[in-house]
Amino acid sequence: MKPMSKIVRTVAASIGWFVFVFGIYVIVHGHLTPGGGFQGGAVMATGVALLIVAYGGWSAEKCVRKERLPVFESAGLLTFILLAFGGAFLGVTFFFNFLANKGGLFGDTLPVGINPGIFNSAGVIPLMNMGVGMEVLAGISLILFAMFYGTKKVREGTCLADNEKKEEDA
Amino acid sequence: MKIGVKIAIVLLLFSFLLMGLGFMHQYGVPLKSSMDDYFIKHAQEETATNNVVTSIVFDYRGFDTLGEASVLFTAVLGVVMIFREAGKK
Repeated sequence: MKPMSKIVRTVAASIGWFVFVFGIYVIVHGHLTPGGGFQGGAVMATGVALLIVAYGGWSAEKCVRKERLPVFESAGLLTFILLAFGGAFLGVTFFFNFLANKGGLFGDTLPVGINPGIFNSAGVIPLMNMGVGMEVLAGISLILFAMFYGTKKVREGTCLADNEKKEEDA
Repeated sequence: MKIGVKIAIVLLLFSFLLMGLGFMHQYGVPLKSSMDDYFIKHAQEETATNNVVTSIVFDYRGFDTLGEASVLFTAVLGVVMIFREAGKK
C-alpha cells in the first residue's frame, strides 16, 4: 500500500491527533454525554485507519506498537469482566454498581433532576467504559492491520500461489 | 420432495404468521410502561448517571454488553486467524 499524496498526509497529520483526543473524550465522558466505550473506541480506531490509509501500512506499523494490541484487547475485556464480578464478590449480584454513591473513586451522588453533570460519579460505569473502549480500539486496529497484510499478499499474488501449491501437495 | 408439498409447508407457515398478526397489539397504544418509568425515575439516584442509556447498557443490562464485548473479541480472533497466514513473511 503506497502512501497517498502530500495533501492527504498533511491533513492526516494535523487532524489525526484530534481524532484520538475526541475518542478519549467520548470514552471518558460516557456517563455524562452520548457515547461510551464502543463508540469512542470506534472513533479512535478510525484514527488508526486514517494513519494506514494516508501513510501506507508500513509507516503506520512503525507508529502503532501493534504487538501490544492483543494485550490491550484482552486487558480491556478482563477489566470489564472483573469489574462485573466485583459486585458478586461483595455479596450482591453480578454487575452490581458497587462504587456508585459510596464516595471516593467515581462515587459522588448526583442531584436528581436536570443538572450539568458531575464527572466523578456513576461508580463502575466509567471504568467499564474505559475497559470496553480499550478493547474496541485494540480489536478494530488489529482487524485493520490483519486486513492490510492480507491485501498486500493478495496483490503480490504470493498468498494465492501458496494455496495452490498446498492443494497440489494434498 | 414434490413441489406441492413445499407449497403446502410455505402456506402453513404463512397461516401461522397471519394468526400471529391478530395477537399484535394496536399501533399507537403502548404496552405497560412500568419498566420505563422505573428506569427514568430511579436511574439517577441508583447509578448516579446522567446518561440513562449508559446506565441501562452498563448496569441494568450489563449481560447484554458483556455478550457484545465477547462477540467483538471472538470476531477479532476469527479475522486474525484467517489473515495470520498472510502476515507471515
